[in-house]
Amino acid sequence: MTVESLEQIKARAEAAVPGSEIDIVPNPGPSQQSSLLIDNEHALAVARFLRIDPALRLDFCSNATGVDWLDRTVKKTVKVKKVIDGVEKEVAEPQEEFFPGYLEAVYHLYSMTHKHGPVVIRMRTADRADGAHLPSLTPIWRSAEFQEREIFDLYGIRFDGHPDLRRILMWDEFVDHPMRKDYREPDDYEYEPTPHDDVLEKAKQLYSPRPQLDGAENITAQQQ
Amino acid sequence: MSGQIDEGLRSELQRQGIWVTSMQDLYNWGRRSSIWPLQFGLACCAIEMIATAASRYDLARFGGEIFRPSPRQADLMIVAGTVTKKMAPQIVRLYNQMPDPKYVISMGACAISGGPFKQGYNVLKGIDRYIPVDVYIPGCPPRPEALLHAFMELQRKIDDQKLTGTDRAEHLNAAQPSEFPVPAFGAHDLEPAANPDVFDPPKIERT
Repeated sequence: MTVESLEQIKARAEAAVPGSEIDIVPNPGPSQQSSLLIDNEHALAVARFLRIDPALRLDFCSNATGVDWLDRTVKKTVKVKKVIDGVEKEVAEPQEEFFPGYLEAVYHLYSMTHKHGPVVIRMRTADRADGAHLPSLTPIWRSAEFQEREIFDLYGIRFDGHPDLRRILMWDEFVDHPMRKDYREPDDYEYEPTPHDDVLEKAKQLYSPRPQLDGAENITAQQQ
Repeated sequence: MSGQIDEGLRSELQRQGIWVTSMQDLYNWGRRSSIWPLQFGLACCAIEMIATAASRYDLARFGGEIFRPSPRQADLMIVAGTVTKKMAPQIVRLYNQMPDPKYVISMGACAISGGPFKQGYNVLKGIDRYIPVDVYIPGCPPRPEALLHAFMELQRKIDDQKLTGTDRAEHLNAAQPSEFPVPAFGAHDLEPAANPDVFDPPKIERT
């Protein structure tokens, strides 16, 4: 990690880029790699600050990848005050909170000058459909070019300002984004000698049912 | 024809210094002793293929050391490795460009069925969906000995090919196709997903 804490980096970046809003996304796992969530409007300016700031000098983007967060509803019980039979009471009511899905791009930054890192930064799209746009960070880190193309290919995030945004792994005629969680691969499971789990369910639809046996096969087996 | 000469008589004649053969034997001997593979590899199986061709295992002992960088000069296509769906049309195109007679060895689990990547969206579930395969080698990757064995099996297969008759070799039968349609890149998958003229998996009955 860097000498500075994420909180210090956040404070300095917000001071350097007026109007920018940076959140810290905590990671309570063993790696403790919390990350900075940057608002899309000021992402390019914040990224430039991270790169050129003399104390940070995050001059190397080693990795850029995507994350798909689906729509989700969280069920919880909330205590609500209600008037029942003229008496105000606290009643526990089940409620569902809806969180719309979004896509995320995650960048891992290191400094070759100061030999520190990684600093993890994230950006979030507005939604998983037409609003899946993010500013490209390729102007800041050239090494992000192919990786942003890969994110576009597999997750469908469009990077505005990318010099050459095309599919990189799948063919150009392909329309899906295979790393999205709701992607379903083509059904070509005609021949599955030893299927199990998900493949068994898929293969069952293509199998011919076992013919009705009349017991004659047992007689030949006994004779042998 | 070799079938018309009694094997006992032939070996007796050989003992006396007279060597009797047939056009078919001579033709097949010549072809099987000089099989030129197409020089291309797709994944880790290619490393084993390279090892097979190098000095320790030495494919040259069987007449297969001349790897050609052009399909026009190759007899044998060793599909060594994972065939991705993006690569599959190129493999079929290379096969079509090879002159007859041509043979295919499907090397390793991936080339046979997709192997460990079978459930992936990007890997072809076996090259035999688009081109006919002569010898399959299981393994991940198969050792050079396995490739040598497959090579010898192919030589045995060539030895048994007939020049005439209804069961003559495919390349001598004008009715047999020597080129197969190249699949196109579709919106979700290759189109078609398999060539029904080539790909005929065994029917599985399961309740």
